[in-house]
Amino acid sequence: MTETTASDPRLAVKAAATVAQNDDSEGMSYLESLPRRLVTLYLPLFVILVVLLFPFYWMGLTAIKPDEQLIDMETYNPFWVVHPTLKHIQKLLFETQYPRWLWNTMYVAAASTVLSIAASVLAAYAIVRLRFRGADTVGGAIFLAYLVPPSILFIPLASVIQAYGLFDSPLSLILVYPTLLIPFSTWLLMGYFKTIPFELEECALIDGASRWQILIKIIIPLAVPGLISAFIFCFTLCWNEFIYALTFLQSTPNKTVPVAIVNEFVDGDIYKWGSLMAGALVGSLPLVILYAFFVEHYVSAMTGAVKE
Amino acid sequence: MTTLQMREQVHSGPTAWQRLRTSRNFIALWFMLPAAAFLILFLAYPLFLGVWMSFTDARIGRDGVFIGIENYEWLWDDSIFWLSVFNTILYTVVASAIKFAVGLYLALLLNRHMPFKAIIRAAVLVPFIVPTVLSAIAFWWIYDSQFSIISWSLIKLGVIDQNINFLGDSNWARASVIFANIWRGVPFVAITLLAGLQTVSPSLYEAATLDGATAWQRFRYITYPLLTPIIAVVMTFSVLFTFTDFQLIWALTRGGPVNATHLMATLSYQRGILSGRLGEGAAIATAMIPFLLAAIAISWFGMQRRKWQQGTDND
Repeated sequence: MTETTASDPRLAVKAAATVAQNDDSEGMSYLESLPRRLVTLYLPLFVILVVLLFPFYWMGLTAIKPDEQLIDMETYNPFWVVHPTLKHIQKLLFETQYPRWLWNTMYVAAASTVLSIAASVLAAYAIVRLRFRGADTVGGAIFLAYLVPPSILFIPLASVIQAYGLFDSPLSLILVYPTLLIPFSTWLLMGYFKTIPFELEECALIDGASRWQILIKIIIPLAVPGLISAFIFCFTLCWNEFIYALTFLQSTPNKTVPVAIVNEFVDGDIYKWGSLMAGALVGSLPLVILYAFFVEHYVSAMTGAVKE
Repeated sequence: MTTLQMREQVHSGPTAWQRLRTSRNFIALWFMLPAAAFLILFLAYPLFLGVWMSFTDARIGRDGVFIGIENYEWLWDDSIFWLSVFNTILYTVVASAIKFAVGLYLALLLNRHMPFKAIIRAAVLVPFIVPTVLSAIAFWWIYDSQFSIISWSLIKLGVIDQNINFLGDSNWARASVIFANIWRGVPFVAITLLAGLQTVSPSLYEAATLDGATAWQRFRYITYPLLTPIIAVVMTFSVLFTFTDFQLIWALTRGGPVNATHLMATLSYQRGILSGRLGEGAAIATAMIPFLLAAIAISWFGMQRRKWQQGTDND
């Protein structure tokens, strides 16, 4: 901020003093007073955060609320719980097929993520580094594939799956999900591979390494952060997927958590809410925990795909 | 490789097999094979099959015969189809516009310096992490006709005197699903725009402030132009995913009440899978393609503009 110093010495001294006092301040933030920051920054941010996080609070609260408190909003304050209970979660885990659905979701997501990442690593390496004839066109086509939404594909895919005899089998999802994941992760990994210096590969080529060895021993170890990002994002995407799972899976034990929650809990029972919310909570927790450990990777996956 | 072999090779040149084995195009073919197999079998082929099915009277369990544009003629006279088109456009336009406005505002807030910045940013993204259907279930409970917490709070505050029928009344139902969609979409828009904001050099703002620019002028003449390319891409994705949304509606209203929240995707599922008229469902899905192409074209032009701004290609 030397320019400020030149224009107004008095202001500069004050500014320097403020900056010295407050090591947290960055750039021009010292120009703002606290009350002003309170109104223009903290208050709106607080309101938005409350709106964004309230449904989760409500989900968690409902999951541990005894039934009579759920429907009696006069004697009990609905925003709090008096005698929390684990009954709903217990019912969910031991009286329904929830553990089975959770397992289905997890194994479909893990299998299709692994398949997709393997295919994407190969494709991204070929597009970025082998520079074969038409590489740019293929890269563009893969980007376009990312823009094809499942909602226009599920009907023809249902008949394809039927024709292959995969209907009502988790294998159908494992084979179909990569079409959602490969475009995204190829695009993301292409960005990572571009940042790895050519020279490393050239050295290896001179030393007699094959392309395959270069990929396994040089490129993949250097692209680990990118691979983690792609993995986390793909896994989340699979877990979230709904329309294919809804269309392809018919029998109750084969369902994934999102489909089962929508179809299996909806009876006329007024007391369904506790176990429904417990189901939603338990189904979300694995992803939230995964996300908590890899926030940076997740964010870089999300923004990386948009920026590239 | 011994010297003798090498000399021999130099003498005769590489064999056809050796040339093929080291050819970049040949290796690339093998490298591209797995990805291409998935994308052709389960994406490109179904895409064309879907367009073909929309010209047939296929039903579940039997292949259709070609019936020309009969499905489309049928849809043209179907008021529910047009209602779903109207709903889809309303849903997309309103939700995307608000997502953009709130998302940009939130990104600008998050870009400022504050304590616990990392935790706040991480918390903002949580609605995007949690599977849509599961958060939609939470909204279903929040929107419940008898035990809605919103109705309860508003009654206690004295704003209204009876419960709002959030998902039972047409206009309330539309507003409710749009709100839930915005709620889920804002974090994505905010975090990606924040990544764009972080690349804008602070010295530009300092220079503008010295020249006496107001906060609005700094936003309008520095932030907005530098952010335009990323806004174009983010909003294309946002519009695309909102337009083709299925799961939020299906979990909350299944298209009801009286088809008031039926989107083209949900109608396509109802007609194609539940009623078994695959051809008609495929026709509704195919009718979404022109809108998607428009969104993709906008994205493409957005990127072209970025290249032009940077003066180089993307590499």
